[in-house]
Amino acid sequence: MTNEKKMLRDEDRIFTNIYGWAGADLKAAKKRGDWDKTAALIKKGRAWIIDEMKASGLRGRGGAGFPTGLKWSFMPKESDGRPHYLVVNADESEPGTCKDRDILRNEPHKLLEGCLLAGFAMGAHAAYIYIRGEFFNEGSAVIKAIEEAYDAGLLGKNAAGSGWDFDIVLHRGAGAYICGEETALIESIEGKKGQPRNKPPFPAMAGLYSCPTTVNNVETIAVAPTILRRGASWFSDLGLNEKNAGTKLFCISGHVNQPCNVEEEMGTTLKELIEKHAGGVRGGWDNLLAVIPGGSSTPCLPKEICDSVHMDFDSLREAGSGLGTAGVIVMDKSTDIIYAIARLSYFYKHESCGQCTPCREGAGWLWRVMTRMVQGNATVDEIDMLWEVTKEIEGHTICALGDAAAWPVQGLIRHFRPEMEKRIMEYRKRAA
Amino acid sequence: MPKITINGKKIDVAPGTSILQAAEQLGIEIPRFCYHDKLSVPANCRMCLVEIEGGPPKPVASCAMACGEGMVVRTDSEVVKKARKGVMEMLLINHPLDCPICDQGGECDLQDQAMGYGFDRSRFAENKRAVPDKELGPLIKTVMTRCINCTRCVRFAEEIAGTPVLGQMNRGEDAEIGTFIDQLVQTELSGNLIDICPVGALTSKPYAFKARSWELRKTETIDVHDAVGSNIRIDARGREVMRVLPRLHEDVNEEWISDRTRFAYDGLNNQRIDRPYIRNKDSGKLVEATWDEAFDFIKTKLKGVKGEQMAALVGDLVELESIVALKDLLGKYASENMDCRTDGAQFDPAQRAGYLFNSTIAGIEEADAILIIGANPRWEAPLINARIRKTWMEKRIPIGVIGEAVDLTYPYHHAGTNMDDLVKLAKDYAKKVKAEKPLIIVGSGVFERTDGMAIHQALYDAAEKLGMIKEGWNGFNILHRAASRVGALDVGFVPGKKGKSFKEIVDGTKDGSIKALYLLGADEFPAHSEIGWKTFVIYQGHHGDHGAARADVILPGSAYSEKDGIYVNMEGRPQLAKRAVFPPGEAREDWKIIRALSAVLNKTLPYDTQAQLRSRIYEEWTHLENIDVVAQAQWKKFGKKGKTLKADFVNPVRNFYLTNAICRASDTMKACSESFVRQTQDVLEAAE
Repeated sequence: MTNEKKMLRDEDRIFTNIYGWAGADLKAAKKRGDWDKTAALIKKGRAWIIDEMKASGLRGRGGAGFPTGLKWSFMPKESDGRPHYLVVNADESEPGTCKDRDILRNEPHKLLEGCLLAGFAMGAHAAYIYIRGEFFNEGSAVIKAIEEAYDAGLLGKNAAGSGWDFDIVLHRGAGAYICGEETALIESIEGKKGQPRNKPPFPAMAGLYSCPTTVNNVETIAVAPTILRRGASWFSDLGLNEKNAGTKLFCISGHVNQPCNVEEEMGTTLKELIEKHAGGVRGGWDNLLAVIPGGSSTPCLPKEICDSVHMDFDSLREAGSGLGTAGVIVMDKSTDIIYAIARLSYFYKHESCGQCTPCREGAGWLWRVMTRMVQGNATVDEIDMLWEVTKEIEGHTICALGDAAAWPVQGLIRHFRPEMEKRIMEYRKRAA
Repeated sequence: MPKITINGKKIDVAPGTSILQAAEQLGIEIPRFCYHDKLSVPANCRMCLVEIEGGPPKPVASCAMACGEGMVVRTDSEVVKKARKGVMEMLLINHPLDCPICDQGGECDLQDQAMGYGFDRSRFAENKRAVPDKELGPLIKTVMTRCINCTRCVRFAEEIAGTPVLGQMNRGEDAEIGTFIDQLVQTELSGNLIDICPVGALTSKPYAFKARSWELRKTETIDVHDAVGSNIRIDARGREVMRVLPRLHEDVNEEWISDRTRFAYDGLNNQRIDRPYIRNKDSGKLVEATWDEAFDFIKTKLKGVKGEQMAALVGDLVELESIVALKDLLGKYASENMDCRTDGAQFDPAQRAGYLFNSTIAGIEEADAILIIGANPRWEAPLINARIRKTWMEKRIPIGVIGEAVDLTYPYHHAGTNMDDLVKLAKDYAKKVKAEKPLIIVGSGVFERTDGMAIHQALYDAAEKLGMIKEGWNGFNILHRAASRVGALDVGFVPGKKGKSFKEIVDGTKDGSIKALYLLGADEFPAHSEIGWKTFVIYQGHHGDHGAARADVILPGSAYSEKDGIYVNMEGRPQLAKRAVFPPGEAREDWKIIRALSAVLNKTLPYDTQAQLRSRIYEEWTHLENIDVVAQAQWKKFGKKGKTLKADFVNPVRNFYLTNAICRASDTMKACSESFVRQTQDVLEAAE
């Protein structure tokens, strides 16, 4: 694929109503192809669905990018008496990310149908949709869709005529970022304080109420029906390569002319994404300072890298960042990048659950040092110390929030160290 | 059996063993704060990180990671060292580092591990966090700024004590341990929170700023505040007991002790009898005397008193040697009027199985159904209750209670309140009990009624019907409250064939048939009002309590911390107590006093040393020679046929904190009683 590749063709779009131009109700959804011969897909069996998902190359859309088909296959083939559960993570709280919200609002039936198919594939008769507390209207939209589906016989006993009993429960969270971590989310559903669990045991062995559980992102589940209907090869042909296949919802925000959510092929270039879909950077491409490519937790990338980087899991990892949730935050040259990252540090300090030491203590430390860095009230040595502190947090915590707190600061130091040093020198000059 | 290699050393471990435990077996030290082998594993301190070769790209918490077949683990690699240093630094940045004024100093996990694994200086230039202290009652002092949020206390309160009042509130660096709504930690095991706290956040309030751990003399001994026989360590400075700590004994107290055991020690300094006293005939007041005067006084008074006119009672805190010496002394007078059951409880001393905790304390964990009769184990023996809770936590076994329905920290079925309910239950379920190892726990208070022996018979029948007794399993248990009781029953400090029991002796003092009464630490009945005034009363003991108030002559003895001695716990396990400090003033070890008195009375007892006295004991009661070994009792019929009363069972302990002379003299225990018992009762009364 080259940079000149054309935009995603309309007929290859999965979320055809992502902007809510048509209705979100069942009738409109069916018109778009949702719930079309769902029973026939289920009749093909669990193994077929999982194989098809594996072949499609779909990777989890929640940020970590774990192959979805493989994840589903971890669920026990035979129940040992315990029920299996599917949990949908709709606790979308990553700053810069708002893709799930539009799915919940405008394409809820894609999600519900996905729940049925995924639930069947993992032997689950029940799915919990854990929705972020702030998503009040979105939650109401999902509840409406669930009721429609029950009324139409698409859920409940013999769901959609498939012979498989399936129930969906919407569970509202209370607005904690950490509850988007899969095991904290499970704790929260169980009525406990949302704190991540240790792994192993992984949820597929002992998750919700100690039963085999799979937690998937909204987008992951919502794309599954279309993939199964149109075939794995259709999906895997899209995208950059077989490991980064398909389409993806990108959320472009910040200093662009037209912030938007847009579905695009995996591996499209960042520049193309911004220029074609978001109306370009404010003041032109050359006014670009940096981009956070995958939601606030991924390290920022300076313009040199943004010029050519592809937007997919592996390309961005090579570039020293990550695709994350594909929440693209664009910053032009008017941005105080140190302040911007300090604000993210504040966010992670505020959202740390407080359970394990490095994150509890370290996130606050990072924020305090970063606050001084914004002023320049620090020494150059402290930049190195800051780097070491991020390394002391990263990889030493129970969940990935520790890493998420460390990465933005690491990105800043990696790419904008001269800016930080300059700030320190200026402060000294003023003070002297 | 997974094979695992740690630092090049290979070991086979049981399935489910964590890497940390495997390393412990190999003698490899892995630092930790939150991990405690009796509590659940949250892996939140992150101190125990290790590297698994070929495993995940980041270090893993060894406490929460089970050993896998062929795992190769390194605890000494650069990655691990860096991780530990990092975690250590994080723990210390908001820790006040006020070690010089911290009571945990010298025995602090954070201090030790900072030495071993930390940086030598702090890079943290910001302001440290401060956390408001919490009020947890008269026993636990909090300095919450020192807290490292390991949540051991939260887990202890929830899992072991069964009183989930503590929790981690708030999020991130604002997280703090507290009770959410201000309330006291109301559990009889609260003192253990101090032990499990790895830092100085929870320390002992009575011990605050009293001593440093390294200046204390440590003596390993046995507790007497209940009949569990908890293994304790007494820390003393000079002749003062500074604090009491638990020792590990998996079969008895594990590593916990009750609050009475831990905090009643200040009672050892109050109300002490430190010299002999003689009651002045004219004024009726007790007047200080010398040992010689006291002995001569006794000699004169006993002149002409016949054996059958003499009697002796021993109290709850007396060690075995003195009991035997006193029994021997009475034997010299051919008196059989003696009793150790000053609560009036009736037991058949000939049938050991009828008064022992036969299943043993550790045996509770094997039980798959438990029936508690007429007892509140939470107040009569908190550690027994903790065991029952532990068993319930592990297996969720069915538990039934006949008697008062009190909060036992685990759910139970309330199957009735009196003897008839038990008889009915035994009849309904006869031969139908599905449990493999059913267990019955009978409070000793049950036998304090006039129908005591009939209850024994009924219990024997019930135990048989409910399948409590099987090959290799005896689930019949008596829950004693007095540390001296089982020992005294074992050596037969009970009325002989023509002898008088406790009730008869007390009545005898009133009708004049008992002319002389020897009270050896007998403080658990109101001697002042119950013993007739014509009887000559000798009181030997350590506290000015009920017994001393009635005495005509007082001989100053020693408390449990001041003498060597054998105590037999409720299982029938003899254990050796050691002297931690010397008795105050003129006070002497109790068996020596009896031996000296015997010489004055020309009835010299045939032993000059404690070793000789012990040989005499071991000769007659051979099972007592095996220290720390439970001699199983033979299951034979006990009890007497008779009618049982309809009255409901009443739990004998009405106030956990004031059960013996030492507790009653303890200011700490009085404060606890005020905070935990009186206030609750007031609230309950107000609610009614």
